[in-house]
Amino acid sequence: MSLDAHTRMPGRSFADRILRRGPLEAIATTIIAAGVVMLMQPFFLTLYSWSFATTLFGTVMFIIVSKVRE
Amino acid sequence: MNDLSASSRITYGAVPVQPAVVRRIRGLSDKALAWLFITPTMVLLLAINIFPLVWTIYLSFTNYRANRANAPVKWLGIDWYQTILTDPDIWAAMQVTAHFVFWTVVIETVLGFGLAFLIDKKFRGHGVWTTIILLPMMLSPAVVGNFWTFLYQPQIGLFNYVVAFLTGRPASSFQMLGDVTLSPWAIVIVDAWMWTPYVMLICLAGLRSIPDYIYEAAEVDRASKWRQFWSITLPMALPFIMLAVLFRGIENFKMFDMVNLLTGGGPGSTTEVASITLKRAAFESWRTGYSSAFAIILFVTVFGLANIYVKALNRVKSR
Repeated sequence: MSLDAHTRMPGRSFADRILRRGPLEAIATTIIAAGVVMLMQPFFLTLYSWSFATTLFGTVMFIIVSKVRE
Repeated sequence: MNDLSASSRITYGAVPVQPAVVRRIRGLSDKALAWLFITPTMVLLLAINIFPLVWTIYLSFTNYRANRANAPVKWLGIDWYQTILTDPDIWAAMQVTAHFVFWTVVIETVLGFGLAFLIDKKFRGHGVWTTIILLPMMLSPAVVGNFWTFLYQPQIGLFNYVVAFLTGRPASSFQMLGDVTLSPWAIVIVDAWMWTPYVMLICLAGLRSIPDYIYEAAEVDRASKWRQFWSITLPMALPFIMLAVLFRGIENFKMFDMVNLLTGGGPGSTTEVASITLKRAAFESWRTGYSSAFAIILFVTVFGLANIYVKALNRVKSR
């Protein structure tokens, strides 16, 4: 009897690796931070105009993804 | 005499009869008891926090004015949000807020960490110095605002006198609170003076959480003090520093009382931070719907930052 040394472990798919709380929370946190920077930057009025939508999206995303499995 | 006291006195032989209320409570499940205890708090929270929030969200979509409560209320949709988010004056107020938040956080973090680093060395009398350093933090912002107004007086203020002594300029030649260039820095100085001790406390907790054996191992490896600072002290205290930065950032984003007492947003609108603009719109112009929309924008920003803060806090707790 021989053992196959190259037997592959059941790998996790890309979606499994990404759709976890940690990475998703990091993305939501980045979006929130971007929204806050957009709100307070002195360079482009357009960025300021879209800041609230960005922060709101990031915050809602954070609330949702904090319920996702670890 | 009520039923409870009457029934509590009835005994049959040696066995006392339990009062009816006690019997009823003992009959409740743990879950029901838990609900019984938390319901008053939940009701209070709903009445004080949640209802005003929901009501403010509703008002932000209307043309309601608190000084004309009987006037018909018209639904405006997201008009106020569009107005605020395309208004250069509000954008300017946000930049004033950004200037205030950025510089206070930078100064407080650098000074706070520096002080914590020194206090952590446990020199003779460090306890007394810690108490003295912590004093400003314990004062009310109203008190601080009032006495710094006196300190900044051009004629009799101690601040101008000290600057005059150090630079040779006449004390009455500049006004910290009346000058367009200096007034934004005046509020930064006061906030830094008041809240640096708080940052120091958080950083001190971070420094004291670093185990001694790590430094001992570094000593064995002949790492210099400089190398120990950059490779051990700073990385291990970083989560605590981040916590302090986030906390001060959120607090200063909402800053109202001290700025209102010191400058009231003036001269002109050079120190008009977002919360002062909000107060003026709500209680001077009585644009309640408009100010509600502005309040919701600020709330969402602070709420978003608070989420990051909680995440950072959990990371610190897991240490």
